[in-house]
Amino acid sequence: MNAPLIWIVFPAALALLLMLTQNKRLLSLSGGAVAAFLAIAAQFVPLEEAFRVGSMSIRIESSLNILGRQLIIQPSEGPLLALLYGATALWFFGAEASQSASKFVPLGFLITSLMIASIAVEPFLYAALFIEMVVLLSVPLVTSLYQPPGKGIIRFLIYQTLAMPFILLSGWLLAGVESSPGNLSLAAQSAAVLGLGFAFLLSIFPLYHWMPMLMEEAPPFAAGFLLWILPTVTLIFGAGFIDRYSWLRTSPELIVVLRYSGLIMLVTGGVWAAFQNHLGRIMAYGVVAETGFALLALSLDLRLGIPILFLLFPARALGLALWSLALTVLKPHADSLRYSQVRGALRQFPLAVTGIVLASLSVSGLPLLAGFPPRLALWDSLARVAPDAALWMGVGVVGLFTASFRMLAVMSMAEEYSGWELGENWLQGIMLGLGATGLFILGIFPQTVQYFLAALPSMFEHLGR
Amino acid sequence: MPPFLSSVVLLLLTVTSVGILLAHQWRWLVIFLAVQYVGVFLFALEHLPLGMATVKVIAGWMGAAILAMTRSYDDEAEKAGDFLPQGRFFRLTAAAIVGLIAFTAAPQVDALMGDAGAALAAGSLLLVGMGLLHLGMTDQPMRVTAGLMTVLAGFEVLYAAVENSVLVAALLAVITLGLALTGAYLMTAARLAEELSAEEKEEAEAA
Repeated sequence: MNAPLIWIVFPAALALLLMLTQNKRLLSLSGGAVAAFLAIAAQFVPLEEAFRVGSMSIRIESSLNILGRQLIIQPSEGPLLALLYGATALWFFGAEASQSASKFVPLGFLITSLMIASIAVEPFLYAALFIEMVVLLSVPLVTSLYQPPGKGIIRFLIYQTLAMPFILLSGWLLAGVESSPGNLSLAAQSAAVLGLGFAFLLSIFPLYHWMPMLMEEAPPFAAGFLLWILPTVTLIFGAGFIDRYSWLRTSPELIVVLRYSGLIMLVTGGVWAAFQNHLGRIMAYGVVAETGFALLALSLDLRLGIPILFLLFPARALGLALWSLALTVLKPHADSLRYSQVRGALRQFPLAVTGIVLASLSVSGLPLLAGFPPRLALWDSLARVAPDAALWMGVGVVGLFTASFRMLAVMSMAEEYSGWELGENWLQGIMLGLGATGLFILGIFPQTVQYFLAALPSMFEHLGR
Repeated sequence: MPPFLSSVVLLLLTVTSVGILLAHQWRWLVIFLAVQYVGVFLFALEHLPLGMATVKVIAGWMGAAILAMTRSYDDEAEKAGDFLPQGRFFRLTAAAIVGLIAFTAAPQVDALMGDAGAALAAGSLLLVGMGLLHLGMTDQPMRVTAGLMTVLAGFEVLYAAVENSVLVAALLAVITLGLALTGAYLMTAARLAEELSAEEKEEAEAA
């Protein structure tokens, strides 16, 4: 037995089998249960060590040869797999409540397994090829065969596809820089190609305008899943680049580039969100701001920045899952998610509206919510090294808060004598309640996730040490 | 590859990539796309074994066939205004500028990519440039797919000079086919959205 078979090949094969099932509840429950099992196994089953199950002695190898290259899941990557499959399980359980399980679960499994493959493949820059496959699989996930494709999905496809050639070429060029570190022009060229690749992949300003478009056109739950998993794995992939190349790791220019791109993402995401009149677009700008926070974390001293980066991930996963589920609950009952259509929705869908507001406040960094601890740590660390950058971070955060309070104001503006209803069904209510509770637990007791996160930096050879 | 043959392949790629940009009829677009992959195959053959180079042309042809089969269900002439700007002269001028940039930049790229070959670098840049130009002019699923396939074909030509891994060749072939299938899916979605009534769509979604 080996790890890539268990965490990559098996889920992919299962995804193909699940495509034959039409029972949405079975899909959601079985998919969620298997993903949760894979997460628990990734956290607790040792790799490259023999252990006993009853009378059997089992040893799970960490590598799988495929066409002359290797997929390797290092023992230190177990917590990361647990985090990814754990969050995927959360989305799959939520899929039943969002009534989108029929294609969400099989495609979600395929996407997650390909994302794990992108982390496991050696040489690691081949990850760009797996990420491109994820992009292609995402198209049927976020579109319907019976709706005309919108501009958002077309731009998503173009931008994400253009990232792959840049990343692959930069990998080749960076190897040249390693062998001749004195060649400054080659270093500059490879850094430019690498920067372009990640600008497309992470949708750095101004390449993120497909996100709000997609959130307007696509089912929010599926689009939310995509906007969670793609940037998360891409950030880990990007951190891997910094870890592997010493000249990149020690370059002062990299810090400047990361800091300014992070600030631009955060400030534009926050300020644009404040002026939007569409709930989906606000969520998209929240995602843009989240990527900004992550880039800012990477711009810090990496012994500090990497733990903060990993601390951002659980809050991001839970916040986006809750936000997109709540939007999915609202969407069928309104012509669109524009403010004019959802005014006063609080009285008809109190749990969904609470979910939207709490998730957006968590992204903004409100105390007691999941987003607060990592943002506080980030802001504190940033203020020590670059007070002006910390000030700009404040501008972005103010924009996000403004968007959250505007949403709350609009959705609570009901007719004076309209009564309260509970428009959500029981399952939606439970899932929204659990999500909101989770945001509070992560916010009040951030140490609960430390058990999983503490070991994560060890997946890098140099970062976070 | 002898310089004369390289020039012929380069000319072939120029004709096909400009043809894709100018073609109004989807049949011509697919024919140019398929022929373009012959040029990609010939350039890839400079650095890859025959088997691996063949994978590229087969994947490209299959991709073109997928697009053609999907499009053949909806054989109306393309609507005016869908593919802006309309003027062939404008597109030809833009293509000429892209060609000029590609041929000018080819020597530097050739040096950067470990002496891949000047003709090969020029062909690669030309395809990437024409593909990007195409992507900038349209948002029709079929044309976007053709544009992306052209960009990736250009990249594959260049990348073949520096990377000869079987896994990469296989994954790139999967991506080419995946792109064509994605394009086919989007084209089908656009067609069904027009053809089906609101009730039929609701029924189909529920099923």
